[in-house]
Amino acid sequence: MDTALQTRAPARSTPAPAPWGRVRRSRHVADRALKIVCTLFTILGATVLGWILLMLLVEGIGGLSPAVFTETTPGPGSQGGGIANALVGSLILTVLGIVVATPVGVLAGTYLAEYGKSSKLAEVIRFVNDILLAAPSILIGLFVYMLMVQPMGGYSGWAGGVALAIIAVPVIVRTTEDMLRLVPGSLREAGAALGAPMSTVIIKISWKAARAGMVTGVLLATARIAGETAPLLFTALNNNFWFNPTLMGGVSNLPVMIYQFALSPYENWRELAWAGALIITMSILALSVVARLLLRKDKVR
Amino acid sequence: MSTIALNTSSAIGNAAAADAGAPVRIAVRNLNFYYGDFRSLKDISLDFYDRQVTALIGPSGCGKSTLLRTFNRIYSLYPEQRADGQILLDGQNVLSPSIDVNELRARVGMVFQKPTPFPMSIYDNIAFGIKLYERLPKSELDGRIEEALRKAALWDEAKDKLRQSGMSLSGGQQQRLCIARTIAQRPEVILLDEPTSALDPISTGKIEELIEQLRSEFTIVIVTHNMQQAARISQFTAFMYLGELVEFGPTTKMFMNPTKKQTQDYITGRFG
Amino acid sequence: MSEHIVRSYDADLQGLRQRIAEMGGIAEKMLVDSVDALARHDKPLAQTVIASDPRLDVLHREVEESAILTIARRQPLAVDLRETISAIRIAGDVERIGDLAKNIAKRAVAIGDDFQPHKIVVGLRHMNDLVLGQLKDVLDAYSQKDTAKALDVWKRDGAIDALYTSLFRELLTYMMEDPRNISFCTHLLFCAKNIERIGDHTTNIAETVHYLVTGETLAIDRPKNDRSIDTTIGPGA
Repeated sequence: MDTALQTRAPARSTPAPAPWGRVRRSRHVADRALKIVCTLFTILGATVLGWILLMLLVEGIGGLSPAVFTETTPGPGSQGGGIANALVGSLILTVLGIVVATPVGVLAGTYLAEYGKSSKLAEVIRFVNDILLAAPSILIGLFVYMLMVQPMGGYSGWAGGVALAIIAVPVIVRTTEDMLRLVPGSLREAGAALGAPMSTVIIKISWKAARAGMVTGVLLATARIAGETAPLLFTALNNNFWFNPTLMGGVSNLPVMIYQFALSPYENWRELAWAGALIITMSILALSVVARLLLRKDKVR
Repeated sequence: MSTIALNTSSAIGNAAAADAGAPVRIAVRNLNFYYGDFRSLKDISLDFYDRQVTALIGPSGCGKSTLLRTFNRIYSLYPEQRADGQILLDGQNVLSPSIDVNELRARVGMVFQKPTPFPMSIYDNIAFGIKLYERLPKSELDGRIEEALRKAALWDEAKDKLRQSGMSLSGGQQQRLCIARTIAQRPEVILLDEPTSALDPISTGKIEELIEQLRSEFTIVIVTHNMQQAARISQFTAFMYLGELVEFGPTTKMFMNPTKKQTQDYITGRFG
Repeated sequence: MSEHIVRSYDADLQGLRQRIAEMGGIAEKMLVDSVDALARHDKPLAQTVIASDPRLDVLHREVEESAILTIARRQPLAVDLRETISAIRIAGDVERIGDLAKNIAKRAVAIGDDFQPHKIVVGLRHMNDLVLGQLKDVLDAYSQKDTAKALDVWKRDGAIDALYTSLFRELLTYMMEDPRNISFCTHLLFCAKNIERIGDHTTNIAETVHYLVTGETLAIDRPKNDRSIDTTIGPGA
């Protein structure tokens, strides 16, 4: 390029001043340094994450076998065994939690975005919700212990589901409100301008427009509670048997099982803990991917 | 020698000329509007004629959109906004608390600046408004939707994709969909709030042509920043400034020879 | 009038006004000189008049082009639109005035040193002075946007028509007296007609000025005193 210009106009041989000559050299250095530091720390973070996943894969895959999905957790000292009861238990607890949390969260989020807006009450609710979002989950376990386990006279899957629901609700409230706020006001006005009452506008227009985001919020909340251990310690507890169909008494579940088995002296328990950890991680990963895909699909549209 | 008779420009006859003999459809009387404590409309009194296009022009913040938004009381979505005075639609005061706002909005349709297709199919977008007030058998509903799309000059472009999302249309088509949605309800008055400001010239032309067609059936009020657009499509023009009505008259007069200096300064680009 | 937000818009309109002022100046000078050349048998002066017409044509074209550009670029409204349209119309009238003055100058060359009855030339001169006054006044009215002055010109033109009628009769008489007069009398008749036409153009300009200022058109017919159409020399006269 440069040479081409020179050969074309050899008469004008005086070099033009470099257009970026005003930028000090130190700025280039600072610029590059920041870039390198940022890249290094990103790699560091990614490495740790990759390491965890790799460790899970290496240790977990070894423990995976058909028995893992069919047999109950082994008693102390016995050989073999699986985690079927913990898998089903976790599934039930999570579904229970999300079934309770979704209507509460969605409706509360709708109240904040559509009705409360910036009223005093809405501000208070939003504040409390944020605290709940950040509350230590062990605290929520203790709360449900006081609320349900003590009066009902024992541990139960119901108490576990409620504890998980309490953790999921603020997540759903938050995402629902945020997603509804992204729906342009002009869309609501357009609905109202056709003579639609507010309830119709919310159900048929706002929810529809924010649908993908709201579903994603529920999925993320599901992923969040699927791996919670602390609230279950005081509520669903854990045991090595198939649980009672009424869900009364302890209900076995993956997170607490991992917690107990990983610390145990038995080799087969530790292997099962790894397998459980791998399964739970992969499920959460799958949920997150689905959530992301849903969001992206919505954006493309 | 002989007296000099003067003749106003209204002698120029054309199809789009203002028809001052048309009956008054909307009569605004002493209308005041408040955003909280701020009075944004000051004692507006103004007539809108049946089946004529009236353009509201004026600089940003002059209250023209606010005035438009009082006609269907859409402002009442926001608690801090209120209006007093009278807006008589066929003699009935729209601002009276005894009026059902939802019924009012079915009579007074509105199209917004940005196209606002609902997140549903083209068919459902139009059916939405009809279903709010009427229970029709499917065949009749289909007919109504086709009629609305034809009137909005969108039928040929949309007839093969009625089940597709309304958002898959282009901006200009989306705006015509919004107009179709509005006229499907068979309103009496159509309010247009800068309907073409987000559109390219070709789409704008199509909307303007559409407005020209719709004039035979509806009373139309349009807010626009585009002076030439007001001159092209309206029969009457009202110029507003700082919440007051400065001048109102036939569009030809307003754009060729306005009475007030403020109007003249604004339409010729001398404001400031 | 306050200025436009877009200043180059003012410059555009100002450019139109300036060109028309220049055209007016040229046309006035051509008119004075052409009649002088006629009266004084001054052929070089007549040639100068003829030579200044192309400049007028150029200016006319420039006004038209610049006005069309302004319309295309700025979509003028109200007073600006009237200003632009008026510029086109007035430039057309002034250009025609130039053509008519050039025609007088050409006839001055053609007549040459032929005998001219003094009385006729005086009559022509008088008529020309009146028309010149009208032209000056109407151009002033344009630049000052003075509709009263324009209306005055508009009403005054009746006098020119009356003068033309009487000149017409006199020239007819000369031609009947002696057929040798017919040649230059016909030339003079055309000169008189040209001056009368120039008067008509000044009233056109006056009407345009009135429209420019008020936005309204003058409706009724202008007072006219041209009786030459009724004047015939026949066996019955």
